[in-house]
Amino acid sequence: MTVKPGPIPCSEAVRQLWDYLDQAVSPEDQEKVEQHLSFCRTCCGELEFAKQLRGFLASQGADELPPHVQARLERFLADL
Amino acid sequence: MPQPGLGIGGLMVEVQDRTRESFQRLATAELPALYWLARRLVRDGAEDLVQEALLRGYRSYATLRQDAAAGPWLKSILVNVFRDQLRRQARAVEELPVDQVEDFSLYQTLVEQDPLPYSDTLHHDYLRAFAREDVREVLLRLPEIYRAALVLRYMDGFATKEVARLLEVPLGTVLARLHRGRKRFERELWVYAQETGLLLKGTVQ
Repeated sequence: MTVKPGPIPCSEAVRQLWDYLDQAVSPEDQEKVEQHLSFCRTCCGELEFAKQLRGFLASQGADELPPHVQARLERFLADL
Repeated sequence: MPQPGLGIGGLMVEVQDRTRESFQRLATAELPALYWLARRLVRDGAEDLVQEALLRGYRSYATLRQDAAAGPWLKSILVNVFRDQLRRQARAVEELPVDQVEDFSLYQTLVEQDPLPYSDTLHHDYLRAFAREDVREVLLRLPEIYRAALVLRYMDGFATKEVARLLEVPLGTVLARLHRGRKRFERELWVYAQETGLLLKGTVQ
């Protein structure tokens, strides 16, 4: 006989949020997270913030090179 | 075109030159991405890290099948160099920290402490207060194993499986490092702003 699992606690839902956003959780875990989000306003806030934080990290990528760095690295390449 | 009478030796030199030029061209285009990745991985010596990666890349340029894949390829070489450096330092790196990190929620802390009382979009504005160099400082406070996983996954956009391959650890280890790394990063985002008075600097009103 299988026991129907109860709702997961916030700690468990939060632990899975980023993997959930990555679609890297199993279908069962996805369902559990979504069930939790359906009644937990705090974790919905956590989810929104996780999305913001991901976007924030992704926006920190490459920028222009400082001129002295560019000069040094281009010189290095030219001397290869 | 080879000059008549150049001989096989001269021809080889010309082929090498062409290879060198094509490597230089493709590496030049990747310099910003390589440099900024290196800057997030190490506090000092980012330029040396890039140079070592360029040198190794040049030596194994023949193994690159498509020039279009040069970006990820050079980045993976740079991560190799970084890993070798870590190994040489032979510092014991904590894999499983026992602390309260797991319980820290930046989202909740911001709700409870409300550091920007006039903001309607508190969480968004809080993150916006961090300039690129602030984010780097926060990252550098994390142990390398967490930092490297976070940077590669969320800033440089490698898939989790790729991160595992780059760092030469099992997938489960990467997932655990990402989880702990995120929590530590959240906590350090909070602590750093407190310590530096970031929110008082007038970047956010």
